[in-house]
Amino acid sequence: MDWTIFWVVSTFAVYIGIALWARAGSTNDFYVAGHGVHPIVNGMATAADWMSAASFLSMAGLIAVLGYGGSVYLMGWTGGYVLLALLLAPFLREFGKFTVPDFVGDRYYSDTARLVAVICALFVSFTYIAGQMSGVGIAFSRFLGVDFNTGIFIGMGIVFVYAVLGGMKGVTYTQVAQYVVLIFAYTVPAIFISLMLTGNPIPQLGFISNIKGEDVSMLQKLSDTLTSLGFSEYTTTNKTVFDVFCITAALMFGTAGLPHVIIRFFTVPRASDARLSAGWALVFIALLYTVAPAVGAFSRLNVISTVNETTYVAPGETYAAEAAALAAEGIAPSPDWFARWEATTLVGFEDKNGDGVMQIRGPNAPDGLANEVTINNDIAVLASPEIAQLPDWVVGLMVAGGIAAALSTAAGLLMVISSAVSHDLCRRTFFKGMSDKSELRVARLAAAGAVVAAGFMGIYSAQLAFVAQVVAFAFGLAAASLFPVILLGIFWKRMNREGAIASMLTGLIPTFAYIWHFKLGAGKDAGPDQWFLGVSPEGIGFVVMILSMIVGAGVSLATKAPPQDIQDLVEDIRVPGQRAPHGIADAGMSPVD
Amino acid sequence: MTEAPSEKAPAIDGKAYWREVIRLTLALLAIWFLVSFGAGILFREALDAIKIGGAPLGFWFAQNGAIYVFVALIFYYCFAMNRIERKYRIQG
Repeated sequence: MDWTIFWVVSTFAVYIGIALWARAGSTNDFYVAGHGVHPIVNGMATAADWMSAASFLSMAGLIAVLGYGGSVYLMGWTGGYVLLALLLAPFLREFGKFTVPDFVGDRYYSDTARLVAVICALFVSFTYIAGQMSGVGIAFSRFLGVDFNTGIFIGMGIVFVYAVLGGMKGVTYTQVAQYVVLIFAYTVPAIFISLMLTGNPIPQLGFISNIKGEDVSMLQKLSDTLTSLGFSEYTTTNKTVFDVFCITAALMFGTAGLPHVIIRFFTVPRASDARLSAGWALVFIALLYTVAPAVGAFSRLNVISTVNETTYVAPGETYAAEAAALAAEGIAPSPDWFARWEATTLVGFEDKNGDGVMQIRGPNAPDGLANEVTINNDIAVLASPEIAQLPDWVVGLMVAGGIAAALSTAAGLLMVISSAVSHDLCRRTFFKGMSDKSELRVARLAAAGAVVAAGFMGIYSAQLAFVAQVVAFAFGLAAASLFPVILLGIFWKRMNREGAIASMLTGLIPTFAYIWHFKLGAGKDAGPDQWFLGVSPEGIGFVVMILSMIVGAGVSLATKAPPQDIQDLVEDIRVPGQRAPHGIADAGMSPVD
Repeated sequence: MTEAPSEKAPAIDGKAYWREVIRLTLALLAIWFLVSFGAGILFREALDAIKIGGAPLGFWFAQNGAIYVFVALIFYYCFAMNRIERKYRIQG
């Protein structure tokens, strides 16, 4: 555990050091890092911004349990970057302002549209950030013996320093450092496990290789092992094809519509850098995302082969002696990593048949035995260095990696929240004459307020039921309410104010109601037969998105075309280097070069 | 901040440029759709009959393959866009 403290403290020192170096001197610095971030640097920052505590700690384990069903996350959370690069990022960069509501409000010449966009951005970001803060609290309480709330306060303090001092500039460069920490912690154990299991050091290749020294592929062996214990086959899912389609689509379009991802592309110098940066972002994301399914599969196989049918030895000082005694009699003892992780309650054993032996079984076990072992999804990643028998300093790095993933995502979300308050609400809507200097002051204040608010949401996240539904709410709402108006605003000149407001509300209300009903409300226990067209709450965002585009287009065509200024603006942002100010579109704020 | 009119001197054919951009975008989105929703979801069962190494092909596309193609698509897009922009003398 000493190494854990070492890594957490030293990574925190690096983040603070960067914060002191990258201070913001103007609103341009604070919101978009002065448009001076190199596309590769921004790609790395975007990757850290994007990969949350859940991506880092839980995704591999989730895939290990879901098998093929886990593919929705892999494709969904990467495919959105193609949409960003081809459809949104370069044009929004060319538009030249600070926030997503800036685009919606100015392109649709309406403060009402701006306000609806602010509401969407705030709800999505708060849902998302509460999960990050509670992730930090859990990491501290479980691994460093610090109280949950104290852990959140420490995390808040760190983010406070670099978000309030440096704004987007500070956030960008700390995210780069956080990316390095998290990718190192993730891939090093994966390489060693792959080598151990398949003889191939590249996890992506180990994933499709044979088991070392055997004539059977790793995936086949995993599938066979699972079915023999009564689980379903690894390469299948119980979801319908249509539902898998909708969930993947909702995650992809949602990714492209998430404000904290979009604003990262405002920090690069030019439109061409924005698309290039999206490519680099996906390279850095793919480094983790293509390894995750391998880590998931390896760990599922490893856990079963090292734990199943072993004789339980309680954790504690006597573990080593008892395990050795059992081994001497020719009985396999439970592995030491299991004993170590039992203290964190991430793994557990309940001896249901009283034989002292640990049985892992699926729901249809052929021998009729009950499952006695519980394994938390996060174990796939957290225990990977121990399963690969790596030195203690690597083990300690995992917690620092998880905290880096949580803090970097939290910081990106904080920028959305604080700019929504200081820029979209104060400067653009209610106090239009505000000077740059006072806006910067308000921006720092808003960032400070947002850190505190996020911290408290993390502390009370257990009571705020919607926080656990990040995937459904954040992605569904971003896909259904924000993506359509941005896309149509760029690609369809005829789209007008009335259409945009109708489209956002059509996206927002049904998506929210549907997810609420089936995740938290009366329909919580309802099965797939009650879902609309058989689409799960995670996938409904895609269906509503289509509806929202149709409604938006219909209302636009039935009402007056947008003013000439707006049509000229749309032509400008399509062609790089042509952006000039256009009357009502830029009356409230001139575009920045 | 605003561009001097002289910089725009040789008029850019924005309409023709935009048509080419749209064509490129649609072609790349078709591939995007095929490798993820196509190979990974709609045609997965058929593709699973084929193996890539030790993995069923449809399953592999859904968990690894589609991601590689996504990366390639974006970099190809950057390359092709730069070419189009040179052709129309556009300086991003």
